[in-house]
Amino acid sequence: MIESVLVANRGEIARRVIRTARRMGIRVVAVYSEADAALPYVREADEAVPIGPAPPASSYLDVRAVLGAARTTGVAAIHPGYGFLSESAAFAAAVIDAGLTWIGPSPAAIEQMGDKINARNLMEQAGVPVAAGTREPVADVAAATAEAARIGYPVMIKAAAGGGGIGMTAVGSETELRAGFETARTRAERFFGNPSILLERYVEHARHVEVQILGRSDARVLALGERDCSVQRRHQKIAEETPSPGVTPELRARMLAAAARAGETVGYRGAGTVEFLVDATTKDFMFLEMNTRIQVEHPITEMVTGIDLVEQQFLIAAGEDVSFRPESVRAEGHAVELRVYAEDPRRFLPSPGLITEWAEPSGPGVRVDAGYEAGNEVTPFYDPLLAKLCVHGASRDEALQRARVAVGGFRVRGPKTNLPFHVELLDSDEFISGCYDTSVVARLRP
Amino acid sequence: MTEVRAEMVANVWQVVASEGDQVADGDTLVILESMKMEIPVLAESAGTLTKVAVAEGDVVQEGDLIAVIE
Repeated sequence: MIESVLVANRGEIARRVIRTARRMGIRVVAVYSEADAALPYVREADEAVPIGPAPPASSYLDVRAVLGAARTTGVAAIHPGYGFLSESAAFAAAVIDAGLTWIGPSPAAIEQMGDKINARNLMEQAGVPVAAGTREPVADVAAATAEAARIGYPVMIKAAAGGGGIGMTAVGSETELRAGFETARTRAERFFGNPSILLERYVEHARHVEVQILGRSDARVLALGERDCSVQRRHQKIAEETPSPGVTPELRARMLAAAARAGETVGYRGAGTVEFLVDATTKDFMFLEMNTRIQVEHPITEMVTGIDLVEQQFLIAAGEDVSFRPESVRAEGHAVELRVYAEDPRRFLPSPGLITEWAEPSGPGVRVDAGYEAGNEVTPFYDPLLAKLCVHGASRDEALQRARVAVGGFRVRGPKTNLPFHVELLDSDEFISGCYDTSVVARLRP
Repeated sequence: MTEVRAEMVANVWQVVASEGDQVADGDTLVILESMKMEIPVLAESAGTLTKVAVAEGDVVQEGDLIAVIE
């Protein structure tokens, strides 16, 4: 077993990993930037090491600082959380070279999935459905317009090295493509250090549905059910639920099999997520991308399956088998996650500031994974996620009703939050009906 | 005269317009960045940009002056 671990992350996910590590008797070390010294995760670790100033490039993305903290504290392993260095193949390799256990898939698997064009091509070869798109990077506007004419408008412009919905633009015509192409390249370079662009057929009425996988130590890959992530603003998720109200048992079986095949294709080990688009009209599903790390919304899968996914990550990284019997996994009931962001609930603009009051709801089926508490400063340096309010019920109706009560009981003063948006979402006919797609937020905010 | 002010704490990522430019209502003047999001600051009226009060890399607080249009 792994006896000690450094969590190379911050906020709610650092706290989440620390909780399971401590329960398993693993000594856990936190790292923090100057901006985060007062956050709860720092004191909940057995030890905490400052790794630099607030900007991520000088702290959480600084490989030398993170590995230095691992060396001085003598830990045996590194858990990367999500974001930051979690999907850096170079970092994973550096961790392994330093003689530490990397809690994640192999650097080769990260690399294969990290390049979205390569990932698409690999999946297509493996028989996983992909949307019509480019098979190599699009070099310039002329190539882009030629490819788009072949694929058919509307198309999505994406960063090949990107992910998580950042730097994507949908264009409906050649004029829009010409206008947006250079901006997309500049952004890709800025956010991901690589200007490569891919074009993909844009599905207008689609649900965003992902499958949780676990690659076991013996190389078999388990698919643990899906999560519907269609409630998005600016291609970023706001709320998720499982099971997806838009997925039939027959479609689920095919998606889970495709996700397991995707993982097996790259020899995947540990927890990962295969994201798909489901065409709301035709019910076809298409591979979008794979996230080679623990996912933000993993708690709702934990709630319906009773499996601690972070525990499985530790076990698999240590070469052990999972803690449950795969054949006896059953999803029970329905779970919803509402992301509480420090942003105004109308326009979703960032709202950093000092938290003067913080009261979390509790009750049957309610779980709050929070990164902050009263007295903490929310700074502009990191993403706006304050907490994840997760609710489980025996049925979708019960889960939504419990969620309404829980949202009403969550009080945050200081930064503006999107809690009022969640009230509206939970009361909207479209969300309640279950028949929604990725434009549901746009329709609530015309 | 219209003063354009920051709506939130943010870093100044790009200064798009320059002093002396003729701007139309809705033109992007500056792009801020906060919480991993780009926030374009737009001209609220048409006119001449007589002052750009920020430079790339600056940190602005809520209410800080960004530009003046006359």
